[in-house]
Amino acid sequence: MNIVRYLRYPQSDLSASLDRIASMRAEMDRMYDPSFGSSLRSPASLSGWNPAVNVYQDKDQFIVVAELPGLKKEEIQISLHDETLALSGERKREGSSEQGLLTERFYGKYQRSVTLPTAVDPDKVTATYKDGLLQVVLPKAEEAKPKQIEVALK
Amino acid sequence: MVPNEDNRPIAYVTPLADIESAEDGYVIRAEMPGVGKGELEITVDNGELMILGRRKPTDFTAELIYREIRPHDFRRVYELDPSIDTTKVSAKIYDGVLTVTLPKAETVKPRKISVQ
Repeated sequence: MNIVRYLRYPQSDLSASLDRIASMRAEMDRMYDPSFGSSLRSPASLSGWNPAVNVYQDKDQFIVVAELPGLKKEEIQISLHDETLALSGERKREGSSEQGLLTERFYGKYQRSVTLPTAVDPDKVTATYKDGLLQVVLPKAEEAKPKQIEVALK
Repeated sequence: MVPNEDNRPIAYVTPLADIESAEDGYVIRAEMPGVGKGELEITVDNGELMILGRRKPTDFTAELIYREIRPHDFRRVYELDPSIDTTKVSAKIYDGVLTVTLPKAETVKPRKISVQ
């Protein structure tokens, strides 16, 4: 499976080197805690907001869960091109930025794509949003489902 | 990091949070995706605010094949400014964003003094 991080802007030399530092840090974190997998994202302020996703599968479907806290339904766009699910939108700031003492959350456009290992049925994709988690259910295309073949023992 | 019974540290995710300041108090907005009202624990003790959000298990049984979302609960502790009236702290959570409102005590709010 191939999971691609979108880059919003062509990278400048500075942000490229900062990304290298972030990826080194990610590498070190992985060495210290293998259970996290590749969980570390580069800081949002450097590369835009790339929401974290988990991907699950069973024999009939894939389920993609994305962390998108504080969004309205109209701020979430979901599209599917072949096996690639793309999430995008924009988050607006609540309250005024002038009163901000500390801003860690990311505001503005976000984009994220996930390429699934097999074909899915585009007409049967459904999505729900609850408590800041987006859950997209993508049923596998009939031809991609595992088939049980009876083999007669001689 | 708080050690548990085996003396191993319990891992938490530190939620990303914004803090706003106004004349009448502070507002903290912390991202806790997947946490609802029932999974929240908020305490104010000894001048510290502790926010804890527990993640719910998924409501399906499919196998996890790719992970970026850390499975740990969210936790963060803030030291409170002495001007905050700790009896009036309130909190709500909506769409995975926890909003904690921390009003200042009446005595420390700026007042206009009229001159006789």
